[in-house]
Amino acid sequence: MSKYFTKEHEWVKIDGSTATVGISEHAAHELGDITFVELPQIGKSVKQFDTLAGIESVKAASDIYAPVSGKVSAVNGKLEDAPELVNESAEDAGWICQMEGFDAAELGALMDAAAYAEYLKGLE
Amino acid sequence: MGYCPNTPEEIREMLGAIGAGSVEELFSAIPKELRAKSFELPAGMSEFELMRIMREKAAAGGAEIVPFIGGGIYDHIIPAAVDHLAGRAEFYTAYTPYQPECSQGTLQALFEYQTAICRLTGMEASNASLYDGGTAVAEAALMALRVTGRHAVVLDASVNPLHREVVSGYLASLSTGVVEVAPKGCESDLDLLMASVTEETAAVIVQHPNFFGSVADLTALAAKAHEKGALLIVSCYPIALGLVKSPGEMGADIAVGEGQSLGNPLSFGGPYFGFIATRKRFIRNLPGRIVGETVDQKGRRGYVLTLQAREQHIKRHKATSNICSNQSLCALRGLIFAASLGRQGFADLALLNYEKAEYAKALFAAIDGVSVLNAGATFNEFTLALPKPAAQVVARLLASGVAAGVPLSAYYAGKENALVVTVTEKRTKAEIDALAGLLKEALWN
Repeated sequence: MSKYFTKEHEWVKIDGSTATVGISEHAAHELGDITFVELPQIGKSVKQFDTLAGIESVKAASDIYAPVSGKVSAVNGKLEDAPELVNESAEDAGWICQMEGFDAAELGALMDAAAYAEYLKGLE
Repeated sequence: MGYCPNTPEEIREMLGAIGAGSVEELFSAIPKELRAKSFELPAGMSEFELMRIMREKAAAGGAEIVPFIGGGIYDHIIPAAVDHLAGRAEFYTAYTPYQPECSQGTLQALFEYQTAICRLTGMEASNASLYDGGTAVAEAALMALRVTGRHAVVLDASVNPLHREVVSGYLASLSTGVVEVAPKGCESDLDLLMASVTEETAAVIVQHPNFFGSVADLTALAAKAHEKGALLIVSCYPIALGLVKSPGEMGADIAVGEGQSLGNPLSFGGPYFGFIATRKRFIRNLPGRIVGETVDQKGRRGYVLTLQAREQHIKRHKATSNICSNQSLCALRGLIFAASLGRQGFADLALLNYEKAEYAKALFAAIDGVSVLNAGATFNEFTLALPKPAAQVVARLLASGVAAGVPLSAYYAGKENALVVTVTEKRTKAEIDALAGLLKEALWN
């Protein structure tokens, strides 16, 4: 199982043919208290880096971009009633959705955990 | 914000700053034929002179015409409380709550307006109003595209033709397919509407009662739309909802309409307001402002603008709509109207409209050569077939001080002899009887 990050602060965890997507701890912290997650519709097809979902916090409303291309196969329904899960556990229980049918070659355009940590340092 | 025009001195300064020699040079990029020909307005007038001219104009025509015209805009009673309360300076001079939470009175009024619209339409969530009926239908169509992620709508051709034009105008640049379904006589063709809904359809758009005055139960249509994953948008006439089933009761997903009939005068076409209401689960896709109720730090009730992340000052080009204002003052009149009448008053008013229209319908249908084209029930509006072109008859009756109705020839091919007549509670028995007499004379003498 391996985990990658985008420059827009999404993470994607690859487990066989399933890609689980969320936003990074850093992004959740920057957004502040999250009040609403606009989950994608199951079955929705997106291309890598296209808009996948939406997220609103007390500070901002942002888009969540797809780290890989594919079809949405599951969404984290718990976020409908408990969007604060993203603040509490951005990279685990606060996952947004799962996707299938991605192209492994696309992972080359993403960062691994170490590279992302370096990238964040550069943003400071 | 200053409202004083610029002085010649200031104009010179501004031109100097941008390096333009004259106002003429500044506008030279705009082709001459597209520019204003002249700004030479007549000289100012004293208040007395102006009042005399306006009184003369009012007396010269219009005021004495008895209207049997509807077609989306209706001549209804307006209780004195509407002018009095809406005219209070706290409401009348406050344009928009730029610091919304400091404007608790305005927010509370809009919150109560939203409540009234929800109760009328049988829906769960309303915004703080839109511009007018036509843009409300168009905004509902856009909302359905967002909710479903689809790119086609089915539009009943017995929706107000002016509103259909606004819808087409809005959708033209969005590569959205608009399938228009022709009516069957004066009835919406429910079977064909149902057959036209596919897995690609975002919404079915109908009007209730339709443009010809016919009332239909849309419950089956709603079920069919939902079966295909589409929404049902119902544009409704609020006064009729005192008597006929509400969009919510029939399973509609979005209820919209022209709000003029709620406490706003005809005023030669505006300003009016549009309303839009929906199911709670679609609330984040509503356009415009929404007022919410909350409590402050000490637990006291207060009002806020809520769910603002949908709006363009936050979401920019990804906002649910480019509408960034609303028709607060007109909507407030609508609220005061509804509150003045109350639930029973509303039902009584609707029944009075229906009964007067039924009386008129029977009377006109008894005229030689005249028949009613609606096959089923109507509310306060119905369509007559005349033995002569309707526009001609209307023009002739206008000279006798009666506006007999809306001739359909302007909007529908092959309906030259059809006339839509509206009878509101304001039309007296004497006026209805007089129109019957005038009609008979115009048709046969």
